[in-house]
Amino acid sequence: MATGGDLSLESADASPQRTLTLARRGDALAEPAAQLRALDALTAPGLDFDARLAAAGLEPLRPARLEYFQVNVGKLCNMSCRHCHVDAGPDRVREQMDAATVDACLDALDRTSAHTVDITGGAPELNAHFRRLVTACVARGKHVIDRCNLTVLLLPTQRDLPEFLAAHGVEVVCSLPHWRARNTDAQRGDGTFERSIRALRRLNEVGYGVGDPARRLTLMSNPAGAFLSGNQAALEVEWRAGLTREHGVSFDRLICLNNMPISRYLEWLIETGNLVGYMERLANAFNPAAVAGLMCRNTLSVSWDGRVYDCDFNQMLGLEAEDASGRAGGLGHIRDFDPDAFAGRRVVTARHCLGCTAGNGSSCGGATA
Amino acid sequence: MSEPYYKHEHLPQFPQIATGNATLASKFFDYYGAVFAEGALTAREKSLIALAVAHAVQCPYCIDAYSNDALEKGADLEQMTEAIHVACAIRGGASLVHGTQMLEHVRKKGM
Repeated sequence: MATGGDLSLESADASPQRTLTLARRGDALAEPAAQLRALDALTAPGLDFDARLAAAGLEPLRPARLEYFQVNVGKLCNMSCRHCHVDAGPDRVREQMDAATVDACLDALDRTSAHTVDITGGAPELNAHFRRLVTACVARGKHVIDRCNLTVLLLPTQRDLPEFLAAHGVEVVCSLPHWRARNTDAQRGDGTFERSIRALRRLNEVGYGVGDPARRLTLMSNPAGAFLSGNQAALEVEWRAGLTREHGVSFDRLICLNNMPISRYLEWLIETGNLVGYMERLANAFNPAAVAGLMCRNTLSVSWDGRVYDCDFNQMLGLEAEDASGRAGGLGHIRDFDPDAFAGRRVVTARHCLGCTAGNGSSCGGATA
Repeated sequence: MSEPYYKHEHLPQFPQIATGNATLASKFFDYYGAVFAEGALTAREKSLIALAVAHAVQCPYCIDAYSNDALEKGADLEQMTEAIHVACAIRGGASLVHGTQMLEHVRKKGM
């Protein structure tokens, strides 16, 4: 049972909604296979990711040392952003990681070399087991990341969340597409920016974003449109000056991610006639130097139902990790996790992977090149 | 004549200008790259200047290129619009300030 309180869109506490989930609308694109077909149907040159890797002498893509244990605890979210690759939203109450799967994740974590547990969603804080998972990971000496949409901190049920995160030294990675209101609200819904600023003030109040490594506040920006992320270091300077000057809020670092042509962002690309141009942009910006730092090489990604993936994007496309013999889904459920089979696998790739190798590179940790 | 004079495929073909003179093209593109590198001005500030100038010289290729470039450098619509108003103000102001020439003539010739 989720603990998000009343997330119905009619509630007085309703968070900004930019759209409705594909699932709620019954849209055919809700199916991962339909998304993969839409990408595979494109005929522009340079879109064959494996061929691009091979031409750069980087094929097949093999994992490096496992560093990040990423747990997607579910698709429930108080928001419905236009670009969401998860198709998360208030109606996704069914897809929530249960207690047994959380325990299985912890058991598997103990058998890996991962130093960081990256908890994502949806809004991961709305999962009933979120705080237990955080506490258990911290007790194991792991660095914990909470991928937070900011507005969740303002929900009546989550008022004590900043204090909880601070007490456990959790790094908060917050979605904020832009330091100004227009692009933030265009992507995430009207009123999001104002709420995000209020949430950032709450985090600042409990010691986040002021240089304390145990209270690290990271902002994460996705472009609000069909273009690539900017230079992370240059943007950080501008964002810091702008947010300090206009809103009096501070943060520790900014990371930039490209949008992946998956789920609702894919829908937006198709609806606005931007799909071909965006994929060509990704293909033209293919940067072999970004490959070594790809997150799929140092990350294990677990879905709400305990399946194992190379990354959160493959997870949303239903592309389960292969075992060492190349069998799709061969790694099975996280309760049966085999570290050797995971280390010996080939990373599953498809056309969407061009999003992570474009320009400065893109990963859950920001630029890779 | 239905064929458009300006075509989207022209811009990516810009390097082909080297066909007639590779040396001059090379010098130009080297210079161009150096101009837009991070320097005393940030790459984003230079992109916004380029966007404004693109509108002043009304170059469709440059408008395409620097609309995308400014977005990718983190500028938003309001910032880009203000940049274009700077171009507009200077163009408009350049006309209007020549009115002082007109005034001089009128003062000299008039009663």
